[in-house]
Amino acid sequence: MKTRSLPLQIGLFIAPVILALALAALLVLAVGADPLAVLQTIWEGATRDSRALGQMVNFWMPLTLVSIGLIVTFTAGLWNIGVEGQMVMGAVFATWGALTLDLPQPLLVAAEIALAMLGGALWAALVGVLKTRLGVHEIFGGVALNALSNVLLIYLISGPWQPPEGGSVRGTPPFPDAAIPSFLSDTFKVSLVAVLVVVAALVAVVLALRGTRWGLELKATGKNARSALLLGVPTRRAAMSAFIVCGALAGIAGLYRVLFTFVSASLRPGVSGGIGFLGVLVVLLIAVRPVWVPFVTLIFAIVLGGSARLQIALGVDSSLAGVLQGSLVLIVLLFNGLRGRLAAREETSEVTAHE
Amino acid sequence: MDIELRHIHKHFGPVHANNDISLSFRGGRIVGILGENGAGKSTLMKILSGFQPMDGGEIYINGARVDYTGPQAAIRCGVGMLQQDPLDVAAFTVLENFIYGQAGGLALKRREGRARLEQICSRFGFSLDAETPIAQLSIGQRQQLEIVRLLSQGVKTLILDEPTTGISAEQKTILFNALRDLAARDGMSILLVSHKLEDVIALCDEVAVLRGGRLVGTRDMPATTSELVAMMFGQELPPQTRQPLNLEGAETALVLENLTLRGKRVTVENLSLRVRAGEIVGLAGLDGSGQEMLLRACVGLIKPAHGRVMIGGENLTGAPYRAFLARGVAFGAAGRLEEGLVAGLSLTEHIALAHETGALVDWPRARRHTEEQLRHYNVRGRPESRVETLSGGNQQRLLMALMPPRPLLMALEQPTRGLDVDSSRWIWQQLLARRANGTAILFSSAELDELVAYSDRILVFYAGRVFEIPDASRASIDELGRLIGGHFDGASEA
Amino acid sequence: MNEELIRTLNSIVANATPLVIASIGETVTERAGVVNLSLDGSIILSAMVGFVAALASGSPVVGVLAAMLVGGLMALIVAFGGITLRQDQVAVGFVLTLLAANLAQFLGQNYTRIPGPQILNTPLPVVEQIPVIGPVFFRQSIFVYISYVLVFGLWYWLFRTRPGLAHRAVGERPATAFARGTRVNVLRYVYTGVGGALVGLAGAAYSLNVKAGWSTPPSMAGDGWIALAIVIFGGWHPFRVVLGAYLFAGLRVLANVIQRTPDVSIPVVLLNGVPWALMIITLLLVSSGAIERLVRVLPRPAQKWTRNFLRSDPPAALGTRFEPE
Repeated sequence: MKTRSLPLQIGLFIAPVILALALAALLVLAVGADPLAVLQTIWEGATRDSRALGQMVNFWMPLTLVSIGLIVTFTAGLWNIGVEGQMVMGAVFATWGALTLDLPQPLLVAAEIALAMLGGALWAALVGVLKTRLGVHEIFGGVALNALSNVLLIYLISGPWQPPEGGSVRGTPPFPDAAIPSFLSDTFKVSLVAVLVVVAALVAVVLALRGTRWGLELKATGKNARSALLLGVPTRRAAMSAFIVCGALAGIAGLYRVLFTFVSASLRPGVSGGIGFLGVLVVLLIAVRPVWVPFVTLIFAIVLGGSARLQIALGVDSSLAGVLQGSLVLIVLLFNGLRGRLAAREETSEVTAHE
Repeated sequence: MDIELRHIHKHFGPVHANNDISLSFRGGRIVGILGENGAGKSTLMKILSGFQPMDGGEIYINGARVDYTGPQAAIRCGVGMLQQDPLDVAAFTVLENFIYGQAGGLALKRREGRARLEQICSRFGFSLDAETPIAQLSIGQRQQLEIVRLLSQGVKTLILDEPTTGISAEQKTILFNALRDLAARDGMSILLVSHKLEDVIALCDEVAVLRGGRLVGTRDMPATTSELVAMMFGQELPPQTRQPLNLEGAETALVLENLTLRGKRVTVENLSLRVRAGEIVGLAGLDGSGQEMLLRACVGLIKPAHGRVMIGGENLTGAPYRAFLARGVAFGAAGRLEEGLVAGLSLTEHIALAHETGALVDWPRARRHTEEQLRHYNVRGRPESRVETLSGGNQQRLLMALMPPRPLLMALEQPTRGLDVDSSRWIWQQLLARRANGTAILFSSAELDELVAYSDRILVFYAGRVFEIPDASRASIDELGRLIGGHFDGASEA
Repeated sequence: MNEELIRTLNSIVANATPLVIASIGETVTERAGVVNLSLDGSIILSAMVGFVAALASGSPVVGVLAAMLVGGLMALIVAFGGITLRQDQVAVGFVLTLLAANLAQFLGQNYTRIPGPQILNTPLPVVEQIPVIGPVFFRQSIFVYISYVLVFGLWYWLFRTRPGLAHRAVGERPATAFARGTRVNVLRYVYTGVGGALVGLAGAAYSLNVKAGWSTPPSMAGDGWIALAIVIFGGWHPFRVVLGAYLFAGLRVLANVIQRTPDVSIPVVLLNGVPWALMIITLLLVSSGAIERLVRVLPRPAQKWTRNFLRSDPPAALGTRFEPE
């Protein structure tokens, strides 16, 4: 291996961040706002008080869940773009439970989680069957099923599940109290149980990918499915299991969006909020290394939580968060390529030097 | 056209593929370029035809130095090469493929093109329909099309790389007549790269022999097979000595009953075969003659159209590959990094995948096991290195380590392809050791001496037909070469 | 013929046009062996830029050119990442599609729901008088006429010209193209850029004509993905691609008609799912696994015909890299 000088390595690591920030600053200037004020607003928006911090944590949890789910599918070499729809279906299944089941709080919350996992896993399994049995690429199956899940969501909200007071499309009636896990405090609206579920999922996936035969089989399938098959790996089953695990985690993420996003928990349009796609960006950014997930998702959650205030405070559209995240990942991908080319050039010159 | 090569050098990593080769060719003659696999003959011809840049040396055409940037530039200088797998586009028709690359304006000018195509075809008796898609042509027809195209582009020196691989005897006759005609009537230079001596003897006026990247010498024909073999191998091969194997009473490892396999290009029909424990069966034949399909059918990777596959007495016809694995079958494909090893995974991960069966992987134990295996199989590499960093020989030894220690049956595609002599010998020691433990081995090879040296029986494939040499120890390389080329007189059909 | 029917057919052609242009653009790119997955975001961003540029300059032509420039640049980023920097084309394209959609929303934030210049329908003299065909096909906008030219033009280019042979060869077997003197990666850049410019044109067709104006969320969101699916369904052939686009638009217009019809019991929102269900069905129809399953239940004489009609082989080198030595 080449050992390049430390400053150069750090430079190549930090340069994309600086470039992405600079690009975002230019764009902010282009719409007539002050980049420093924007930065300050985002930071304060995410951290100014316990309510804001709570909101930020409530962004972090679903984003972390989908990201670790996507780590599983990416490890198996699959582009699970359908993760958005899997979130929606998790939310839909869990909402059915919350609105119809009559159970004491702990049991009802557990049932919601189980239903959310079921909904997400079923929707992911559909993508998986289309891919492994019927030859439809998972990107297209996923995109179509995302749209269909949203259609179903709007239909339920505007039809069978609409509140008794009238036919708005704003959401289902609020969940009963028993359907909502208790928060740590009235101002810091974070559920300890929910956080523990996320941490448990994170640890479980990291351990499973490292220490089990299943994880090894996923990795082999993702890197070379043909060789993996010849080495005796059931590659179709591996792909299906990756989809199902990711779908189940995305389902929980969808439930969290329903429970923790708004002042009163109810199923509303656009429940996934682009968190699923953001998860894809996270995983591409960290090149499918699971231990990085919680940290990168934390930064993304701060940007996401903080930018919600941009519109009110500065009249700047909150899509700036998406621009910043998207350009960061794009620039990092391009830099990876640049590094590869540099390394290749060094190797060639080395060979020539030996002759 | 006269060509002169001066001091050509070419390296691939540590391999010196062409080492200071100087050669000249005169118009009107057919020259055979001879050598074993890896002797450097294909590399030299690719340099001459612009497909590969050289590291050092000079090329002179009619006394003037040329320096070209790619195959098309070489064609403009009058040098064209027909690749072993003709470089055409499967989605094109014959006519489109004929036109593509030839100078002309925006329009295709189909009528002109068709007339030119038909004119050249009729001269040589080639039958190519202008509107047939390339995907529906045989290898022989695709070669004919390439030759016609190169001639139409004004090539005066035609290089052919193993042109008789995978074509019928009839197509071979047509091809050879065309080549003789081009040399005699048009004064073209024809360079024939081949390791098939009968072709060279039948066609060439002159031969140049390469060994280990160097030019051994040139001579005028005629020459006998043994004289040519002596030039190629340094001396005449000593007759192989072998221990006769007592297979009486041995159990049956593999039975094929009336097996029919349908491939894209060839069909193997109604083949029956019984292989006993400890027996080695070699599969000979040109690429794509049906032997690869047979190997894959024996491990469940190809489902037979008819007939039965029995492993150790159990009928596994139509069962998935994993069922075959579970029954004690091991398969080794020719493309190691495409089918067999997973680039990006470490050696330890490979060993764990193959030998750790529990739901949890005990990595420290897997690592210890890997170290043992690497020592035992003489793999030069660290447990944590990625598999693609290993050399070909080490990859092949790792594949051995990944196979079960005492399989019932091993089906191996070209187990020593691309390996040096030491690595090949080592692989065969391993295989013979397993055979002594009762493993039956089925292997294919392009090396005739390997087939003769190690097989108990040889099946020769030619265009899907199969002939058996029941006692390989009595077979000679000459005879085998004739059979592979489709001359079956006196052999018994299996 | 019935006025109402002619009006419906006219509206199908008009609505299909951005899909036709975008999927023809992607066909240009994929025929050269490159996948530009950024279509959805590219269309959105170029629609926004086209609208704003037309508004600012007062000239729709400037708007169209700006949109094409944006689409072309987006595609060139994919080419740069995929060819020069050897990254996964799918990854670059996907990130780009998200980025472009966000960028459009961000930069277009002050231009939502305001009136702006539009490109109106201009009936073509003489041919518009042909019964049925005239009112359906030739009382349309300039974008529609461009789409006709593009479809026939691409067909002619690919299958009837010498550079078209090189274009296809680069996507089918770059090693052959190299041997015939074609500069593989240069052509890939060119066709990716040209295809991207057409995608930008499709964006302008939305914001200056079919769905005039700009709004958040953008009204054409999702159509880029449908266009990508249409390319597959269309077997990378211009004529079948156009059929696919008309099929999707037809079903959409039909859903609108149903929506307006009283006494229909299908909930309106479910009709929005129709194109996406159709997307899965069309992809199933052309996937080899599904074709074989379908073919096996058909009567024997229909088998070969069905297989040949539905088969859609992608360019053999689609999404792969080529490095000449």
